[in-house]
Amino acid sequence: MYDLVIKNGHLIDPANGIDRPCALAITGGRIAQVGGTMEGRETLDATGLIVCPGLIDLHVHLREPGQEWKEDILSGSRAAAAGGFTTICPMPNTAPTHDNASVTRLMLKRAEAAPVRVRPIGALTRGLKGEVLADLGELFDTGCVAFSDDGRGVQDGLVMRHAMEYLRPFRVPVIIHAQDDCLFDHGVMNEGWRATELGLRGICNAAEDVHIDRDIRLCELTGTPLHVAHLSTRGGVDLVRRAQARGLSVSAEAAPHHFLLTDEEMPAFDTHWKMSPPLRSPADRDAVRAAIIDGTIAAIATDHAPHAPEEKERPFDEAPFGIIGLETCLPLALTLVRDHGMALVDLVARLTSGPAAILGLDAGHLGVGAAADVTLFDPDERWIYDSERHFSKSRNTPWEGHTMVGRATHTLVDGRLVYRRGEMVAA
Amino acid sequence: MPDVIDPPTATPAKPFPHTDLLDTADLTAADIKYLLDQAESFYEIGQRAVKKVPTLRGITIMNCFYEPSTRTRSSFELAGKRLSADVINFSATGSSVKKGESLRDTARNLEAMGTDLIVVRHPASGAAAYLAHHLAVPVINAGDGCHAHPTQALLDLFTLRRAKGPLAGLKVAIVGDISHSRVARSNLLAMRTMGMEVRVCAPPTLLPAAVERYGCRVCTRLEEAVEGVDAVMMLRIQMERQGGHTFPNLREYAARYCLTRRHLALAAPDCAVMHPGPINRGVELTHELADAAPSLILSQVTSGVAVRMAVLYVMWGKKKR
Repeated sequence: MYDLVIKNGHLIDPANGIDRPCALAITGGRIAQVGGTMEGRETLDATGLIVCPGLIDLHVHLREPGQEWKEDILSGSRAAAAGGFTTICPMPNTAPTHDNASVTRLMLKRAEAAPVRVRPIGALTRGLKGEVLADLGELFDTGCVAFSDDGRGVQDGLVMRHAMEYLRPFRVPVIIHAQDDCLFDHGVMNEGWRATELGLRGICNAAEDVHIDRDIRLCELTGTPLHVAHLSTRGGVDLVRRAQARGLSVSAEAAPHHFLLTDEEMPAFDTHWKMSPPLRSPADRDAVRAAIIDGTIAAIATDHAPHAPEEKERPFDEAPFGIIGLETCLPLALTLVRDHGMALVDLVARLTSGPAAILGLDAGHLGVGAAADVTLFDPDERWIYDSERHFSKSRNTPWEGHTMVGRATHTLVDGRLVYRRGEMVAA
Repeated sequence: MPDVIDPPTATPAKPFPHTDLLDTADLTAADIKYLLDQAESFYEIGQRAVKKVPTLRGITIMNCFYEPSTRTRSSFELAGKRLSADVINFSATGSSVKKGESLRDTARNLEAMGTDLIVVRHPASGAAAYLAHHLAVPVINAGDGCHAHPTQALLDLFTLRRAKGPLAGLKVAIVGDISHSRVARSNLLAMRTMGMEVRVCAPPTLLPAAVERYGCRVCTRLEEAVEGVDAVMMLRIQMERQGGHTFPNLREYAARYCLTRRHLALAAPDCAVMHPGPINRGVELTHELADAAPSLILSQVTSGVAVRMAVLYVMWGKKKR
């Protein structure tokens, strides 16, 4: 007799090659049996639902400590659970910067009350200034799973080289926000006709590509795995693909807005379409989409970046970059299956085993003995996204009022139901 | 007592469907023609001994300038005063750091004081649209970042029409820093709407991406740009915006892009020379051309007051909610 049996669902577990109707048993917070007949003290009827490993988002901003009016670890974790995520990785651009272990400890302490797993990413350099290395060893020892100066590019190539070289024994990836500040030139949206028309300063693809190219060479030089965050350009896709073909440990993620939206469709001066890297051209969007489908980009990540209304409701130049994404990611990702011929099992891989492999986490699969982090979703449920009724504290999204297809229905962490159909389940 | 005469076309019905004047992109050929025709009657007022009419008596106009400006601000102020409106000048160039919030809140305060029209200039592209979105009172864009400067484009068209007759079919070259120019953008849109042929000309570093999508010809040589044109519009080179490396130096820029008699010989007979000002003599055009007969530069300034009188008159009373 198991604790819980999930019956009548369609099980997709890419890491174990499973894609068929199949029951799942959980006991003691772990996967106990996959397939066959089984009885549980409790049963969850998953008729019409996909059952898969809990989703992993390796790129979020939870704003705690320091900017709790935008989001905090609890509210962000709830948004994650509602979006079907069971593991999220907050970036270190907090205040103070997450460049020392006392911040890691604070985050992990706060995360004890969170419904999902919080696996923090530490800063690469002190204060994200790109000058002096952060306390990398202590951060690693305290629980950081990767290092990044996300939000900024490391401008000095030698600092980057030393950071990567120093980290080699830790066997964790360096995550880059590929941005050459000189070429970025205070841009606010993609360089192209739309920026010209609106009189806004453009950001060229080269500002991203030259850093990807540089850091691939440093990956080759140092042997430290490189992960490219929020890849947005066709040139970047090409660089990553060629590096992988040469056998280098180079991975990449893409955000739903980068594989769905382009600068050309941006409503005039709508700051909910302002993010960094910016929404690019249709050719870039198509290249990113193709790379997700063929696996060059192994992870879909939201870059969930909450900002308060008074911060976003400003003239375009002055508004901060970024949009929220945890509660809209799954339905937006499902458009790749519905409209672009991607296999559902591959899409689930990009949200589970893909990010787990990038970070070297024992997660994102449903093998017997694994922690029972499980997501159930209805791939066909139609619903209208209403940020009044979601869990994030912020509402900076271009998807307000958009009709979504597909939705997480149940989220389980350690075998415990934390979210069910629109509501958090109390611990 | 001097005569006080209403402008002859001041009728209550104003066939202009826009509640704000933000960008020439929003205007049809009929809209532009209507504004230019209105400006003709106000132009006449400017030629009188006493240049004041009571059209907007009792109306309050707030000029909000978040960027230094002499010409445009004075032009709007004069336009408002010639219409007998009460004109308040509000400049906030000093407090530019937190301008996002203060822009919205300041404007709401000005609106709450009973302002009837707001004229705004701001360094951020989209700032005028932003204000228009938040305020019920009509907003007139007097220049937002690199985005738009609709009254400048209107006064340029007005000046051209007076000098050259009907606009459709006229050929114009716009030369200089197209990248950072709201004047170029607003003119490109308005001129294309009026059926004019436009060429832009600059070193490649001063041409914005995909500029050909305005439906203009793109040149990098001034000789090519001016060939057969009816007017040349030179744009001010703002050294402070160049960052030191969009072209080597002013001497080299002038050698290639400074308009001279030699260039005008390639253009159509009586080619007009225009410039939104302030001019850099010897950089955008020679000292001689700045003052000589084909120059419309001062006519542009005179026209500016008439066009802005027309705009204030037409926009007054447009209620959004």
